[in-house]
Amino acid sequence: MKTFLSLILAVVLFSACQNSAKKAGESGDTSVSLTAAGATFPLPYYNLVFKNYAKVTGNEVTYGGIGSGGGIRSLKDKVVDFGATDAYLNDAQLEEMPGEVVHIPTCMGAVVIAYNLPGVDELKLSDSLLEKIFMGEITRWNDPALKINNEGVSLPDQEILFVHRSDGSGTTHIFSDYMSKVSQKWANEVGTGKSLKWPVGMGAKGNPGVAGTISQTEGAIGYVGSEFAFAQKIQTAKVQNSSGEYIEPSIESISAAAQGEIPADTRVMVTNSSFPAAYPISGFTWIILYKEQAYDDRSEALARGTVEFLDWLVSEDAQAQAAKVNYAPLPETTVQKAKAILRSVTYNGEPLLTE
Amino acid sequence: MNSDKITKAVLFSVSILILLLAAGMLYSLVGGSLSAFKTFGLQFIVSGEWDPTYGHEKYGALPFIVGTLITSFAALLISLPLSFSTSLFLGEYYRGTRVARILGILVDLLAGIPSIVYGLWGFYVLRPMLIDLGFGGQGFGIFTASLILAIMIIPYATSLSNEIISMVPNDLKEAAYSLGATRLEVITSVTIPAARSGIVAGYILSFGRALGETMAVTMLIGNTNQVPGGLFDTGNTMASVIANQFGEADGLKLSSLIAIGLLLFLMTGLINAIGKLIIKKMN
Repeated sequence: MKTFLSLILAVVLFSACQNSAKKAGESGDTSVSLTAAGATFPLPYYNLVFKNYAKVTGNEVTYGGIGSGGGIRSLKDKVVDFGATDAYLNDAQLEEMPGEVVHIPTCMGAVVIAYNLPGVDELKLSDSLLEKIFMGEITRWNDPALKINNEGVSLPDQEILFVHRSDGSGTTHIFSDYMSKVSQKWANEVGTGKSLKWPVGMGAKGNPGVAGTISQTEGAIGYVGSEFAFAQKIQTAKVQNSSGEYIEPSIESISAAAQGEIPADTRVMVTNSSFPAAYPISGFTWIILYKEQAYDDRSEALARGTVEFLDWLVSEDAQAQAAKVNYAPLPETTVQKAKAILRSVTYNGEPLLTE
Repeated sequence: MNSDKITKAVLFSVSILILLLAAGMLYSLVGGSLSAFKTFGLQFIVSGEWDPTYGHEKYGALPFIVGTLITSFAALLISLPLSFSTSLFLGEYYRGTRVARILGILVDLLAGIPSIVYGLWGFYVLRPMLIDLGFGGQGFGIFTASLILAIMIIPYATSLSNEIISMVPNDLKEAAYSLGATRLEVITSVTIPAARSGIVAGYILSFGRALGETMAVTMLIGNTNQVPGGLFDTGNTMASVIANQFGEADGLKLSSLIAIGLLLFLMTGLINAIGKLIIKKMN
């Protein structure tokens, strides 16, 4: 499998790799070509900013959207300059990597609850309602529990159809992480993961599949990545956060989810944020790279190019472009943490960024 | 070396290459599925549990084997009367006429439509129609998937049977007519017996296609990884679960998916073998 993936990657990034090797070898040439691969969730954002970076600096960044798992494997096999993943590496995964790996958060996204009920413009869902709907305990839209929570809304006497992802996905991971935090029952019976053993409902492939099935089926409810939902202007429910507020998902309320204490290595799921304005099913996506950049035959120019690029990626310049493609920018506190991590990245023990 | 020898050598090496390809495929499928079979043993085939949750992973292929067999058999049953009548119409009653030619072209055209287009049509047209007709729930499930599969395999069975039926020698039929047989009698006692091995082959071919069909099924079957409780329940098939889950799978799950691939490979092989056997017996 490893060789199979590397092969795919080699084909995808073939030209870029050649460039990178050639340019890194030339002395005095400061422009470098970087190769990366991983998560598909931030792909539209990465495509946009990577292109803009190439325009400004002449440094090309080639990114292959092969999935988070592939991104981690590619970094492990050292066939990319950095990888990208929607789920941070847990301690066991870090242990398996051949060198120390650091995480750089690059932008934020969320999982929104989409539904199809003609005439219902606003739907408020508390965490206990989410638990009951997605565990199959509430099966009809006119259930008393739903009515109490949505006064003044006429909910139809219709069956609820839960539509979930049929493929493995970071979106499912964020969704199930949130559900496990707010529902003990969910945590015990279903758990967290990229694909799950679903108690009820049916599966559809990808965000377009889920959103398409919901839009074609009256009475359907499901979860969709925010970047897709915002771009398609899909109707979404307000979800209650842990301060008791019902929050509509938006660029601002997603960013607000990271307004709290996060650990210095940024490896944290910010779902169920206690910040009052925060949309609770939000999360980071990360870029991963080796802390010591002098491995294999990497030139210092290539290593420097990598961290300088990532330093730009978390800067205001790049972050301001996130909202254009429906991603939420990192809050200032997170940017500071990311910059601090980048300053700990070394080449032969010497930090690559100093100021 | 003369050109004859060169041609022979080229043809020989190309055939060997094909053989090697099939062997290599089998080899990598077996290699990839080893860890799943080591962990679960034969339980993998008979267990209906598919739990990908990290920490207590457990994989069994039964829901997908059952889903695949039910949808394919149902599709074959649904398509049988349609394709058989069409092939009789084309190959016997209206053989050589303009109507048959046009209809034949249209049937062949059906075979050329990409499966994703069938899936879209099923999703946006067939499914709402089934809901309106009151076929229960939201129109996703085994029945809808079988229906779309039936439509997809009609051209395969029809084309082949049609070809064979029109190849039945006229002498035979004329002999029957001269003995005073009616048209229906000629069909049942001369045409069908003479063409039956080809007809059976056509249906086996189309059954094989139904087994491996992926996209259209994924869009309509509901993708729930449990043994379906009935015709109108949601379910999943072997090809569909592989296409859905392969992207983000690793470790034991990946191995289990490859093992399902191996089972599908063996199943198709087995069905082809049975088909060959039937044809041989009939001749």
